[in-house]
Amino acid sequence: MIIGLDVGGTHTDAVLLSENGLERHVKVPTDTSNLFNTVLSGFDLLLDGIDSFKVKRVVISTTLTTNSVVQKQLNPVGIIVSSGPGIDPKLFRRGEHFYTVSGSIDHRGRERSPINRAEIEQISETIKNAGIEYVGVIGKFSPRNPAHELEIRDILKKNFHTIFLGHKVSGNLNFPRRIATVHLNTAVYSMHKNFFNAVNDTLKQKGLKAPIQILKADGGTMNLATSMEFPGQTILSGPAASVMGAIHHAPADKDVLVLDIGGTTTDIAILVNKAPLLEPVGVGRGKYKSLIRALHTTSRGIGGDSQVTAIERYIDKTDGVCDKRGRDIDIAGNAKSDNLINSRQKIKALQIGPGRQGPALAFGGPALTPTDAMIWLGIMEGGNKKLAEEGLALLAETLGISIRETAEKIFHQTCETIVSVANIMVDQINKKPVYTVHEFLEGYKIRPQQILLLGGPAPYFASKIEEISGIKTTVLPNSSVANAIGAALARTTCEVSLLVDTERGVATAPEENFTASVSNSYRKDDAIKTAIALLEKKAVNAGADLKNFEAETTEFQSFNVVRQFALRGKIFRIKMQVKPGLIKGFSHGF
Amino acid sequence: MLKSSKKTGLVFFPAFDWAIDPTHPEREERLLYTQDQVAEEGIFDISGIVEYKPDLVTANEIRRTHFCVPDEAAITTQSHLISAGGATVIARAVMEKKIDNGFALVRPPGHHAMRISHGGRGFCHINIEAIMVEMIRQQYGVRKVAIIDTDCHHGDGTNDIYWHDPDTLFISLHQDGRTLYPGSGFTGELGGPNAKGSNLNIPLPPATSTEGYLYVIRNSVLPALEEFKPEIIVNSAGQDNHYTDPLTNMKFSAQGYAELTTLLKPDIAVLEGGYSIEGALPYVNLGIILALAAMDYSKVIEPDYDEERLKQASHVTDSIKRTSDVINDYWKRRYELREKAGNHGEIQERHREIFYDTDNIFERQKERVRICRDCAGALEIDSKASPGLHILAVHIPLNACNVCKETGYEMFDRAIHSNKKYDKIFLQDRPKDSYIVR
Repeated sequence: MIIGLDVGGTHTDAVLLSENGLERHVKVPTDTSNLFNTVLSGFDLLLDGIDSFKVKRVVISTTLTTNSVVQKQLNPVGIIVSSGPGIDPKLFRRGEHFYTVSGSIDHRGRERSPINRAEIEQISETIKNAGIEYVGVIGKFSPRNPAHELEIRDILKKNFHTIFLGHKVSGNLNFPRRIATVHLNTAVYSMHKNFFNAVNDTLKQKGLKAPIQILKADGGTMNLATSMEFPGQTILSGPAASVMGAIHHAPADKDVLVLDIGGTTTDIAILVNKAPLLEPVGVGRGKYKSLIRALHTTSRGIGGDSQVTAIERYIDKTDGVCDKRGRDIDIAGNAKSDNLINSRQKIKALQIGPGRQGPALAFGGPALTPTDAMIWLGIMEGGNKKLAEEGLALLAETLGISIRETAEKIFHQTCETIVSVANIMVDQINKKPVYTVHEFLEGYKIRPQQILLLGGPAPYFASKIEEISGIKTTVLPNSSVANAIGAALARTTCEVSLLVDTERGVATAPEENFTASVSNSYRKDDAIKTAIALLEKKAVNAGADLKNFEAETTEFQSFNVVRQFALRGKIFRIKMQVKPGLIKGFSHGF
Repeated sequence: MLKSSKKTGLVFFPAFDWAIDPTHPEREERLLYTQDQVAEEGIFDISGIVEYKPDLVTANEIRRTHFCVPDEAAITTQSHLISAGGATVIARAVMEKKIDNGFALVRPPGHHAMRISHGGRGFCHINIEAIMVEMIRQQYGVRKVAIIDTDCHHGDGTNDIYWHDPDTLFISLHQDGRTLYPGSGFTGELGGPNAKGSNLNIPLPPATSTEGYLYVIRNSVLPALEEFKPEIIVNSAGQDNHYTDPLTNMKFSAQGYAELTTLLKPDIAVLEGGYSIEGALPYVNLGIILALAAMDYSKVIEPDYDEERLKQASHVTDSIKRTSDVINDYWKRRYELREKAGNHGEIQERHREIFYDTDNIFERQKERVRICRDCAGALEIDSKASPGLHILAVHIPLNACNVCKETGYEMFDRAIHSNKKYDKIFLQDRPKDSYIVR
């Protein structure tokens, strides 16, 4: 048997799965001020009367890291950055104890200027004297050559026990994101460590012998030891859990939209042939921008409990399109100029979300919501229909239409907004630039052929979403705990980057501490073989069972190195990943 | 998160799978290290910098600029069409005010491709800036355009295309033609009788440094732009004047390039040459991007930058000052020079020999232009390539007067009925946006 537990914003879901399917599921309210108790009460309820020896796998997804970023509760840490030519690194400052130091490595990984030992020693003392325990070290182009980061670490060792290094987080190039990622790992480390060590110890005491796995933003898992090196990877694992829960029900060879409709927000992701689409560089959202591998998801503040209000806005009398202020807009919704258009007309319009005041009126809440409209229309059972009607009547009067029209309008607009957010997301992915003639001409375009819905209110939206989008829409069975099922079934994943430069005679994978010398006869096949071996080793270290191992080349480039008009060698760049997906042996009964 | 002061669009198309041949300077690896530098700087995460996907230009778009012989498909690859398409995508975004300015980092380049193109010369097959400019004129009704070519080689292709056009101010800064390919671009090459002085060629002596480049920009280029008042400024941003370039002999730097961009304020920059792919391109391209976005570029300095070694010798400085004075004098006298070039209504002839180094083609041209005080003048070119075809091409300029329109059709008819054995006869009627092949 296996367990999946997903801590959400309002509820925590836990499931127990066996080869026969879903054995048990529980839902407990999330206490954001004490996640540890929340997790434990979930386990207590789930394991009540179960022989815990039979549990072979435990996967936990929490909002611990996400919350600490949102609530700005990050620990003060020391950050040391060496750069070289380019944008001033001071612009990427994170926190109070941020130091830029000498030393520079170029784009091919050659040292251009050395680090200054005395300078680092002095900074080391300063940080230590400020009472800081954890330090991050980031060098520009360190994925090409980590020598400076390693040298700086060796100097810092005297004063610091735990040091986070930039080249360890990703083989991808992006210096500002590398700084942000190392800062996140360093700043959430002690909180993460305390939390999971406590969870681990308590579960052991309960007789649960299976090692715990933690869900990452890419929809894969990692073991406790790996998570201590990269605690930031647990950020945004919530949306990932839901997407993984949908994979089992996605048809092969099709593009599928996964919509997780909650009370407050809707998360949207894309599956291509049962595999989730990943962000190209790392988490791409606003303040979370980093090199952390993540599923490509979009979030919008609209759901069953979104607040519904009437607002005044303008429409263009000629073509109907202008923004709230009455400016002419293009198809994408951007204002063409600041001038107000003359043919505009002020109307009362509906605004749904982005906020949530509480539950629906029909359930004793403070504000009108799409749920009230659905209850009044008879789409959804339960709640107090009378309370819903009172709210609708007030709004109907403001808008000057009937209660029925108001309810239908709310319902329609909610579904329409969700569909249009999904469409915009697909468009943006399809517009993503590519860098070779071949990719340009062969450019794969996402064309969703099915929509999978999950989340509490999902079943009530399904037929309307199908009608508006024109795409076959189905609701996942057990859709309210699909997230926990997804966590339970998620594979252990990781990624490696291998760089081969036959002119310089080296193959390196700095993230893996791997260096080997290569000859001029080194070929593509050799590179692939090396990358697979590195990937396997890394996956096993992160707790993977090799029977679920599925390697996938995500990037392969090869270039001739030419000097003085003569061919001097080749450069190969390979990225390979364990494809995010589901573990084997649990394919029945969900 | 960083935010740029100007909204800048970028097309980045390194064509990692296209090369002229494996060890040619114009090969797959050329923009690799630039891509690495741009990625490592996190350029695409800066709020205000937008990355666009290139388009493919169509044969119709090419036909507004070129006569491709025998046709467009025969002399271009997909890579050329995407490269030109990268420039047009940026131009559209600028024209539609989605961005303040933009930079097309594309390859292969285009500024050696002339109006008639029998194949590749100087690594170029079609002129990506000219195709872009004609798209802007056709779709957005723009008339006056300035193209400032700062590639180290004379932009002889663009120069040829706009030789007769008084509505295009073409200025090329390049290493003296006596010391570098293509061997042209001397101060006296000022344009045809209808456009004398709207083509300015500024040859610079070998070992010109940042100081010399910026002197010419401040003393000759900016004053001319000030008077010409273009609606759009294009920079053909070749980067082979860098002190590490293997094909040239200049001492220009990344800081210099960024400052040049700040002074010139181009609406659209298009990458041209530049073959120091490790030592120059990553830093120069970064400098240009930051300068366009009006961000701080003071720390974009090459690792091996040595101020002492890159100082400009005083005799070089003197020579540049003299050239700049000559250019300013020509510019001041441009209308007078046009008057002196011939009488309104006359036909003027020009004979040329053109060598296509990339494709080993030799072309002989006889060009006849109607001298016209009302427009750029009807133009007829008899071109014979060996190996290749013998063709006759007629160009009626975009803002042609009625007489030149008629003259163009007369030239076309005469060629059809002539006893010369042309393999093909072309008519490019820009006012009608039509292209006829016989």
